[in-house]
Amino acid sequence: MTNRLDGPQDPPGDTAGGSSPGPNDTLRPAPDAGPEVRTPPPGAPTGDTSAEDAAPVKPAKKATRLGPPPSMAIWFLLPGALLLGVMVIYPIIYSIFRSLYDANGDGFVGAGNYATIFSDSATLITIRNNLIWVVVAPLLVTAMGLIFAVLTERIRWATAFKLIVFMPMAVSLMASGVIFRLVYEQAPDRGVANAVITSVSGLFDSDQGYPDARPRENDQAPVAASQGAVVSKQPAAPGRAVLVPLVGVKPGSIASAAPAKAAQPGPGELAGTVWVDFTQGGGGAVNQVDPTEKGLVGVTVEAVRNGAVQATARTEADGTFRFTGLAPGDYQVRLPSSNFQAPFNGISWLGPTLITPAIIGAFIWVWAGFAMVLIAAGLAAIPRDALEAARIDGATEWQVFRKITVPLLAPVLLVVFVTMIINTLKVFDLVFVIAPGSVQPQANVIALEMWRVSFGGGGNQGLGSALSIFLLVLVLPFMVLNIRRFRRDNQ
Amino acid sequence: MTTSTTLGAPPRSVAGRVVDRIGGGLVQAVLVLIGVFWLVPTLGLFVVSLREETANNSTGWWTALTKPAEFTLKSYSDLLASGFTASFWNTVFITVPTTLLVIGIAAMAAYAFAWMEFPGRDALFLVVVGLLVVPIQIALIPVAKLYGTVGIFGSIAGVVLFHVAFGLPFAIFLLRNFFAGIPSSLLEAARMDGAGEWKIFSTVVFPLAKPAVASLGIFQFLWVWNDLLVALVFANTENQPMTKALQSQMRQFGTNVDILAPGAFLSLIIPLILFFAFQRYFVQGMMAGSVK
Repeated sequence: MTNRLDGPQDPPGDTAGGSSPGPNDTLRPAPDAGPEVRTPPPGAPTGDTSAEDAAPVKPAKKATRLGPPPSMAIWFLLPGALLLGVMVIYPIIYSIFRSLYDANGDGFVGAGNYATIFSDSATLITIRNNLIWVVVAPLLVTAMGLIFAVLTERIRWATAFKLIVFMPMAVSLMASGVIFRLVYEQAPDRGVANAVITSVSGLFDSDQGYPDARPRENDQAPVAASQGAVVSKQPAAPGRAVLVPLVGVKPGSIASAAPAKAAQPGPGELAGTVWVDFTQGGGGAVNQVDPTEKGLVGVTVEAVRNGAVQATARTEADGTFRFTGLAPGDYQVRLPSSNFQAPFNGISWLGPTLITPAIIGAFIWVWAGFAMVLIAAGLAAIPRDALEAARIDGATEWQVFRKITVPLLAPVLLVVFVTMIINTLKVFDLVFVIAPGSVQPQANVIALEMWRVSFGGGGNQGLGSALSIFLLVLVLPFMVLNIRRFRRDNQ
Repeated sequence: MTTSTTLGAPPRSVAGRVVDRIGGGLVQAVLVLIGVFWLVPTLGLFVVSLREETANNSTGWWTALTKPAEFTLKSYSDLLASGFTASFWNTVFITVPTTLLVIGIAAMAAYAFAWMEFPGRDALFLVVVGLLVVPIQIALIPVAKLYGTVGIFGSIAGVVLFHVAFGLPFAIFLLRNFFAGIPSSLLEAARMDGAGEWKIFSTVVFPLAKPAVASLGIFQFLWVWNDLLVALVFANTENQPMTKALQSQMRQFGTNVDILAPGAFLSLIIPLILFFAFQRYFVQGMMAGSVK
């Protein structure tokens, strides 16, 4: 972590100021600064500590300047300073001014572009989406990283697991986008997400729908369609057989179905057959169960009397059903509309409503490994004695975790959390790649809108500049946080 | 009683051990499930890239796992024949110089920050720390204008320069912290031998910083290799890297899967190799730079 590479640097940093003078004086005749007494370097903290360190040893030399003259530093800093100045600092200043002008940069509009950001419905959506991102994603990533780090602690193949979860970090967000476009394909026989959902839900609910099945529309047909359901035209009493011939079933869905059989009702039974009254290749009698015609399995059949369902049955593989124990009388046989609903057609992950959660899912896939590795390193640094002491005192694992592990991890968790906030504020590639063009307005985020407005056909560099300044303002608190933390660590 | 105390193991009931065993098994099962969850998307991309377009359109890629006869390299050969190789080389020509330049320029600056004294040093370094989080969006419009004036808009040089500039804050930060940890006695010894600053930097400090340079190098390499936004703005079609080439095919995702899947897979192969070969440095770099 930061501390690890930061940590050791303090003492040597001090010595650079404090103790290197000795040899240098003798060897380096000249720097004009040589003999002269210099004030400590501007960075007061380093200067102070070095003074303390060096004081007892060689008080006389503590203020002597060692090493190269300041002018030398210019040459080492020049290339970097030039690049940062021209490509980072100057653009910030330029953007501030540019954001006050209109699309072409001719007319001064003052805060007009900023007003647009907060009034235009398109940019308001981007702000809303960024808000969702910032609230949801960092929390989920940090929580998952913590869970993974804790779970892997005592597992022998932890390294393999970590490599797998960490791997997406190496993959470009562009490629991750392609990967998740494939995962989120809507058709359950192509997109793996919907395929998993289909097969899991299939375990609980084996309803087979026949969305296109319908009765023949003529007077001879014994059944008719009624409000989405299929009902028998003639009332039937126990001891009778009811024929429910249907057509319009896709051949594919009954290719492996068993041949239909005419039901033989036992005494007191109301029985019947639901089948596809269509003989492939022609032939066969209408409204008769012919030998090659297929039964429809799993159809729900209700026996209805005076508008109330008296009994429910399901068809067998050969399409037959039977009701036993019905009170004598006339019943109507009904196939409720649930039989004819389209089967699960896949969740529309990439549709307008779910697009942001779907992309956040991909984001978590990319970043959970980062969180896990950082937190695992923090976990490894926690002194075992503290945990052991608590356990010996009778604390449960959960208490140890809540009261000791998490508080000790707090600095690392904060680093991960803040890093994720910054990342979510800047999120661009994943949204740009995963959201199909038609739903991009619903998935839009500030960073993407900035690009769209300025380069992706918008042609409004005034608004683009304002958006980029807005983005900079959003990360400003974290910039301050970083600087403060750095100064604290270095004192 | 005595044995258990001497062994230091808390006495446990059989039931307790059974619960532990089951709990451990549960944790393992959950982790396996999560691991599969994390692997499946990439595996899916790989399998899709190995299937014919018609096969991908009719059935899910997982059905191919049981009939490997369906696998073919046709998509790859089509892709390579279509000029994708040019964008591969563009990626290389952008990434390698950027990485080298960032390391070189940042190392010099980091040396000055760590081992030289000059007025305003600490304040200047705080500026570098502050620049760590500056979003690149801020520079897109101004630098595009600048490049237009200088005449390098669309060129590889422009893309490289932009990446170098925005790679510097992190690189300087990482290297300065490492340089500062080098024992000063080594520098003193070199100075006693009469070595100049440049000599000390290039023969003493820089070679000692190999682990940090490796961390930085791999990070910078992956970062630039995987970039889309900078290329989108500053590279023209002729100089576009793989990410931009792939992006231009996204509009018709459904019909272009036979280009996108092998292209995406080719683009992630080199980062993955680097990642597995140097993951130690990768992790170190990530930790050192996690303020970013």
